[in-house]
Amino acid sequence: MNPTRKRRLYLVLALALGSALVIGLVLLGLGKNVNMFYLPGQITSGEAPHDRNIRAGGMVLEGSWQRRQLLSTFVLTDRQAAQFTVQYEGILPDLFREGQGVIVEGRLGDDGVFVAREVLAKHDENYMPPELAGMERPQ
Amino acid sequence: MGWITTTWHRLGSPRWFYGMMAPWQTGFGIAALVLLAVGSVWGLVWAPADYQQGDSFRIIYIHVPTVIVAQSAYMTLGAAGLVLLVWRMKMADVAMVAIVPFGMAMTALGLFTGAVWGRPTWGTWWEWTDARLVSTLILLFLYFGLHALRQAIPAAESAARACAVLAIAGLVNIPIIKYSVEWWTTLHQGSTFSMRRINMPAVMYLPLLVNVIGMYCLFGYVMIARMRTEILRRERDTSWVVELVRRPDVR
Repeated sequence: MNPTRKRRLYLVLALALGSALVIGLVLLGLGKNVNMFYLPGQITSGEAPHDRNIRAGGMVLEGSWQRRQLLSTFVLTDRQAAQFTVQYEGILPDLFREGQGVIVEGRLGDDGVFVAREVLAKHDENYMPPELAGMERPQ
Repeated sequence: MGWITTTWHRLGSPRWFYGMMAPWQTGFGIAALVLLAVGSVWGLVWAPADYQQGDSFRIIYIHVPTVIVAQSAYMTLGAAGLVLLVWRMKMADVAMVAIVPFGMAMTALGLFTGAVWGRPTWGTWWEWTDARLVSTLILLFLYFGLHALRQAIPAAESAARACAVLAIAGLVNIPIIKYSVEWWTTLHQGSTFSMRRINMPAVMYLPLLVNVIGMYCLFGYVMIARMRTEILRRERDTSWVVELVRRPDVR
């Protein structure tokens, strides 16, 4: 490669690296703020703030969903130690069901109960036809 | 402007590309037509419904091919930008001109189909706090920016270089789109397909694969067709183009 092209190539590489560095530092600076929601462990440990509107995500614990007309109560868990109760009044998305991942938006009360204004169903990356749904998921 | 055009004529061989790529354009066009027709009917009609989402999951057969190709088109744009800046090959700029509107359309279609799928599945059209959604929107804005930048600079050569610099700087967004669902918590689910496992049975992913390959063929077709048109536009004063227009049967 002739010297002019080599010089240009280094300049272009410097441009690409510089761009990656700037964006990388910005994302590093934003850090956890890029995360969409708090995990159940962060809710129970007190890491999530109580006084403002936040989002939390987790799996709906099997057997925890109770409904009285539009008022729903359910427990979100990380399938390990942490779990917390959510209250929501309104229409739940079609994919809302026990064992499914959901994201709730609202306020965490001082009593540890999360009062949600909005519930979003989080779909996982598994797809299968209905007749296979009873079988064990492919690992 | 005159001297730029003259210099450009001496570089590279657009005439060769124009003639050489004619059969490829036809080939990619036919392949895209056949594969997209087969994959879409197979996916939208014959493939089984999903156990949880029902029929609404079928939008995956449009959504996934468009966003994959939108990102591949951007990477091609970055590669063309590199060739343009380092080797000053004018055909690289012709390629960039050809790719931008296609990538823009694919990204817009990907965002639209994603929103239409998100409404029944998640319960929302759009979430500003989701890193996957926002980084894909940034991809659309990069395409807008590349298009606008070219319009804004009157001198063709300066516009080409400025677009190449922007295209390369924007490449950093591609890994961000890919890994956004792993680096941060997002509403968008993780990848169904990876080197280690495929979380979808063959009856569902085969039509998807057909459509992805079909969409790449469409990309090939659109890119070659637009490059050849751009060559004719740029070379319109040369004798070979004048000759071609006079006797269109001779290629």
